[in-house]
Amino acid sequence: MTIVANFTIEYTQFLDSQGQPTQIFPTFATNPQNLITLYQKMVLLRMFDAKAIALQRTGKLGTYASILGQEAVSIAVGNAMHKEDVLCPFYREYGAQLERGVKMSEILTYWGGDERGNQYANGSEDFPICVPISTQMLHAAGIATAFKMRRQPRVAVATCGDGATSEGDFYEAINVAGAWHLPVVFVINNNQWAISTPRHAQSSASTLAQKAIAGGIAGEQVDGNDIIAMRDAMDRALAKARAGGGPTLIEALTYRLGDHTMVDDASRYRSQTELQQAWQAEPILRLRQYLMQQHAWSQADETQLLDDCAQQVEAAVQVYLNITPQPIEALFDYHYATLPQNLVDQRIEAIAMEKLTGEQSHG
Amino acid sequence: MAEITLVEAITQALAYEMQVDKDIVVLGEDVAINGGVFRATVGLLEKFGADRVLDTPLAESMIAGMAIGMAAQGLKPVAEFQFMGFTYPALDQIINHAARLRNRTRGRLTCPVVFRAPYGAGIHSPEHHSDSTEAIYAHIPGLRVIIPSSPLRAYGLLLAAMRDPDPVIFLEPSRLYRLFKQAVPDDGQALPLDRCFILQEGDDVTLVSWGAMLMETLAVARTLKQTGIRAEVIDVATIKPLDIDTILASVEKTGCCVIIHEAPRTCGVGAEIAAQLAEKGLMFLQAPVQRVTGYDVTVPYFRLEKSYLPTEARILNAVHHVMEFV
Repeated sequence: MTIVANFTIEYTQFLDSQGQPTQIFPTFATNPQNLITLYQKMVLLRMFDAKAIALQRTGKLGTYASILGQEAVSIAVGNAMHKEDVLCPFYREYGAQLERGVKMSEILTYWGGDERGNQYANGSEDFPICVPISTQMLHAAGIATAFKMRRQPRVAVATCGDGATSEGDFYEAINVAGAWHLPVVFVINNNQWAISTPRHAQSSASTLAQKAIAGGIAGEQVDGNDIIAMRDAMDRALAKARAGGGPTLIEALTYRLGDHTMVDDASRYRSQTELQQAWQAEPILRLRQYLMQQHAWSQADETQLLDDCAQQVEAAVQVYLNITPQPIEALFDYHYATLPQNLVDQRIEAIAMEKLTGEQSHG
Repeated sequence: MAEITLVEAITQALAYEMQVDKDIVVLGEDVAINGGVFRATVGLLEKFGADRVLDTPLAESMIAGMAIGMAAQGLKPVAEFQFMGFTYPALDQIINHAARLRNRTRGRLTCPVVFRAPYGAGIHSPEHHSDSTEAIYAHIPGLRVIIPSSPLRAYGLLLAAMRDPDPVIFLEPSRLYRLFKQAVPDDGQALPLDRCFILQEGDDVTLVSWGAMLMETLAVARTLKQTGIRAEVIDVATIKPLDIDTILASVEKTGCCVIIHEAPRTCGVGAEIAAQLAEKGLMFLQAPVQRVTGYDVTVPYFRLEKSYLPTEARILNAVHHVMEFV
C-alpha cells in the first residue's frame, strides 16, 4: 500500500488554564490594553448572561440559551471580524453579536418572544441567531459566494456547536466552501455537550477540526477558553479568506458551564466532578490571573468594571422591559413585500376580532 | 415568429431577465455546461458566464441554503432542482429560512429566490421523478407557488417570479416541457402572480385545474362542447396566493365546479379550493363540488402512471355527476 495523502491538525494555545503563557504571544496580545479590552467585554457578556437567566426565572423572559463558559470564543469571533463582514451565528453567540453592534436589549427582545429583536437598529447585514442546527453554515457559504462574485474583500463567518457537525448541512457547507474556494470562516463552539449528548457520542473523529479535511479546506483546533488563541486563529483565518486564500474551519475547545437552555437540567446527564473541573479552565478567570500577574489589572479595576457592567446591563433590561407591544397586524405585515389578498382579509378579521373580544395582543 | 416549447420559454425568460438584471444568478446541479437535465438553462453559461451560471455540488439543501445567503446579499438567485422529488432535502432551508427570513427580521433581510423544479407524472420517469406535491409548499406562509401550463404563461410567470421580492416555488410540468409550441414574444412582459387564467369561457360548468392536467381538462371541455355543454376552464396557475375570486365568479355563473389535479386528493390544493367555495360560494352552488385527482397513493412506477393520473373519462364522469343537480 502507498500513502496517497497525509493530514495533520494543529492546536493553538497561548495562555493555559492557570493564566500562564505557553508560547510567545501574537502582536495584538503584547499590548496589555488590548487584553484588558477583551477581558472587559467577556465580563460584560457574563453579567448579561446571568441577568438573562434571572429574567427568565422571574418570568420576564422566554427560554434562553446561556453562553456561560463560552465567552472567549464568542467575543473573539465578533472582535476579529471587520464591520463589512457578515455573521451567521448559532443561537448561543451573543458575544459575537454584541461585538457586531447588536444591542443587549435586542437579544433580550428576541428571547422575550418578539421578532423585533432580529431587526437590528444598526442596519446590519448579519443573519439573526439560527435555531435549526447547522442551516446557517450554508447561508454563510451563500453570502461568501456573493462576496466572491462581486469581488468584495469581505468574509462571511458562521458559528455552530459540536452537535451541529453531525448535520448534513455542515458537511455540505464545508464541501462547497472548498469546491468554490469561498471567503468564509466556520467556527465550531465545541462545548462538549449537545443537550445531553457528549462529544464522544457525537462522533468518533478524534477532532472536529478534521472534518475540514474531507472538504479540502483548512481545519485547526484552538483552546477556545484562551481568548488570545481564539482571536489569533480568527485573525489568521479572516485575513486568509479576505486575501482570496479560501475557507477555514476552526474548532474551539470550550465548555458549556450552564444548562443547554432554561428548560434543561444538565445534572440529569453530567457529573458534578466534570463540571467542577471545567470551571477550573474557564476563560475569564485565566485572563484575569494573567493580567493581575502582569500588574495590568487590580481588584479596584475589577470592582469598577463590575459596577459599569451592571449599569449597562440594567439599562438594556429597562429598554427591553419598556418596549411597546407589537400590534396584532404585526402578525401579517412582514410575510411578503405586498400582502396577498387572503392575508389582507385575515388581517382585517384579526383586528376586528380583537376589537370585538376586547383581547389585546401581549406584544 | 418561431414557436417555442414550454422549456424553451423558461430558457427565454431566464435569458431575458439575466440580460436586464445583473443580480440574477442561476445555480443548480448540471445547469451550466450541460444546460440542465431538461435543458432549461441551455446557452446561459455562454451568454452570461460562469460567475452567474453556477454548477453546484450535488446537495439540494446546499443549493437552497446558498441561494438564501446570496439573496440576503441582494442577489436574485434562480435555483434549479432536477425534480420535485429531490426538493425534500431542501425543505428545511425553504420552510425554516427562505419562507420566514423577511418576517423574522421584520423586513431587514429578504429572500428573493426562485426555486424551480420540474414536477408531475406522465413522462415514463424513474421512481421519485413524478411527484406532484405542490400542496406542501402551498401550506407554508411566506412562499408563493406558481405552476405554468403553456409556453406563454411559463415565460410571463417566470419573469414575474424573478421580479418578485419574495421566495417563489416555480413548478414546471415536465409532461408539458415539449408537448406543444406557442409563439412567445420575448418582450419582457410579466404576468400577474395572483390571478387565475380563464382559458375558455362557459356558463354550464366550471372546470378548475393547473399544470399538465389542463390537457385532459381542455379535451373534456371540447368533448362537452359537442354535446352543447359550455364549460368554463380555469388555469389556477398561481397556487399560492390563490385567486379564489375568479373561481367564485365563475361558479356564481355556472353553479357547479369540478376540480382536477394530479396530486393525491387528501389535503391537496383542490381541498382548499373546495373549502373556500363552501365558505364563500355555497349560495351559488347547485351541486356538490367534485374533485378528480390522483389517488391517495404513492405515485406509481410508470407502467401504472396512466391509471393514476386523472383521465378524460374520469373528468367527464364527474362533470356528468355534478350536472345532474343543475
